[in-house]
Amino acid sequence: MTGAAVIEARGVGRVLPGPVPVTLVRDIDMTVREAEFVAVTGPSGSGKSSLLYLLGLLDHPTSGRILLDGEDTTALDERGLADTRLRKIGFVFQFHFLLPEFTVLGNVMVPMRRLGRLSETAMRERAEGLLADFGLADQMTKRPDQVSGGQRQRVAIARALANRPRVILCDEPTGNLDTHSSANVFEIFAGLVHAQGATIVAVTHDLDFAAGTDRRIHLVDGRIVEDGPNRGAPAAAGTVAAS
Amino acid sequence: MAIDFSIALTHLRNRRRQTAVSVMGVALGVGFFVAVSSLMRGSERDFIEKLVDSAPHITVKDEYRQPPLQPVERLYGAGAVSLRSLKPRDEVRGIRNYKAKLEVLSRLDGVAVAPALLGQVILRYGAKDMSATLNGIEPARERLVTQLVDDMIVGALDDLETTANGIIIGRSLAGKLKAGVGDNISVISTAGVVRKMKVVGLFSTGVVAIDEGTVYALIKKAQVLLDRPQTANRLRLRLAEPNGALALAADIEARVGYLAESWQEANEDVLSVLVIRNAIMYSIVGAILVVASFGIFNIISTVVLEKTRDIAILKSMGFNAGDIRRIFLIEGVLVGIAGSVLGWVIGYGMLAGLATIQFKPPGFTEEQGFPLYEGVDQYLIAGGFALLSATLAAYLPARRASALRPVDILRGAA
Ligand SMILES: Nc1ncnc2c1ncn2[C@@H]1O[C@H](COP(=O)(O)OP(=O)(O)OP(=O)(O)O)[C@@H](O)[C@H]1O
Ligand SMILES: [Mg+2]
Repeated sequence: MTGAAVIEARGVGRVLPGPVPVTLVRDIDMTVREAEFVAVTGPSGSGKSSLLYLLGLLDHPTSGRILLDGEDTTALDERGLADTRLRKIGFVFQFHFLLPEFTVLGNVMVPMRRLGRLSETAMRERAEGLLADFGLADQMTKRPDQVSGGQRQRVAIARALANRPRVILCDEPTGNLDTHSSANVFEIFAGLVHAQGATIVAVTHDLDFAAGTDRRIHLVDGRIVEDGPNRGAPAAAGTVAAS
Repeated sequence: MAIDFSIALTHLRNRRRQTAVSVMGVALGVGFFVAVSSLMRGSERDFIEKLVDSAPHITVKDEYRQPPLQPVERLYGAGAVSLRSLKPRDEVRGIRNYKAKLEVLSRLDGVAVAPALLGQVILRYGAKDMSATLNGIEPARERLVTQLVDDMIVGALDDLETTANGIIIGRSLAGKLKAGVGDNISVISTAGVVRKMKVVGLFSTGVVAIDEGTVYALIKKAQVLLDRPQTANRLRLRLAEPNGALALAADIEARVGYLAESWQEANEDVLSVLVIRNAIMYSIVGAILVVASFGIFNIISTVVLEKTRDIAILKSMGFNAGDIRRIFLIEGVLVGIAGSVLGWVIGYGMLAGLATIQFKPPGFTEEQGFPLYEGVDQYLIAGGFALLSATLAAYLPARRASALRPVDILRGAA
């Protein structure tokens, strides 16, 4: 583990205020480094999604700090956080969340157009390249509802990669896919990490998926109970099975 | 194309029918605004033109704006004793030395002036008595100042000069008296003088009160009848530039001392009615646009509701609250622009249609069209107003969209 730190969580906790405050996560200390492929596992309700939203700057911790590329994000306002997400973070969710009115190609171009760094042609070329890499070269002019679930998820991954983010955060990226499509998505992620040095943090229930990553973080009740290199074996059977 | 703009466009394109209805609502508002505004301003202009045309632009009367100080007040005005029931000094009525004033005024640039002596008379013909206001005039000057020449339907103004004791009366008065041109009628003045006068002409202004209550004779005859030798009690002015009447009237009043009334002052009540009329009509038309903005509010609120997931994913991608708000504001503005342009076409079409309509209102002898105002400014006002209300209508849902928290939506969807 020698790469530079991309995301660091320092004593992060998140409590939802209310008559009965709900603790989503607590005492999270972790560092995700460049070119790491991290699986976050844990039983349902253990706070995996909550942790991912915090790492992705979609939610604010109520205690502790999140650092991105060594920079503290605590002081950033809504605009600053959005801008950081735009430039440095790519999300892939269980549901593809593609914009239904745009074509596959158009969807991949949305983040690039918002960033506005590339020319129209350069954006198009990049989007086409990404889609071709994922075997979607002949699907580009279709609309999301005209392609399969597995294809949609690959479009979502292409979109997450569009602005060359520092880290890709995934919440159950294969949760909605059949075995074949799941394997395909896993291969794409593994290829990105190992061939291109991408950094990926993936929340997953999928044992095969989790087993294939380099590192596993296991959450129970909003706390990290296990964090270490993956040796290919599933984590303690009881905790994973419970999910 | 900017991404927020193209997202906004796809939202509208995907709701063609709803968008079309909203656009149509705005378009009707704008169209009616243009049509009504054109009619209102056209008829107002027409009305004011007639008003300005039919009456003298400034009338100098033998009255004062402030009652003159009585000699005793001038002497003891600041005294400790207040004086009541004074018998006012008998002023000789009429404009003093009117001929000199007439000369001075007629030398002003772009001003024509005519003197008149007005007094009450009773006309008697056969068994009929009718009261009227006698206008003693100088025909040569009168024709430059009033429309009497144009209003003559039988005889001519100059017949007053050529016929001894000639009188011109209104057509309706003639009808009531059952007298016609050439008949001799008795004219009895408040000074007790009685003269036989010969009807030499009839006029018709279209205004019954004038046609029944006004008669014209030479000013010299009027001075005799009313026993007011060498006086006039009105100086009537016609200006080349009627809009300057207000200022010039004040100037004249300051110089001659007598009350000088501009046409604006004389018609203050009518002009204020016009203002009220405009306010009422524009509020009604404005209401159409308000209804139209509810349509816009409705469509954009619906889009926001349907698009919460998209909003969440856009925010997770790095769109900030301002971007999201802009997307939905653009939608409102697009509906506003499309509606305005379509509304201009509708309004223009309605004006073209109105312009072809000819009708004959009662009392008019010729076919009339609607007086229409065709200025571009009313299109701009309508469009600007539509755009403003569209933006305001979009603002509330846009703000709600921008405040959505992506985490809440992602959690709910997952
Ligand atoms: N808005 C909320 N109000 C109350 N409790 C909440 C709220 N959001 C989350 N929780 C609770 O916080 C805990 C963590 O939720 P989170 O979604 O992070 O779990 P998770 O590990 O992602 O679960 P899953 O595997 O089912 O997706 C859960 O017990 C959940 O019920
Ligand atoms: Mg979850």
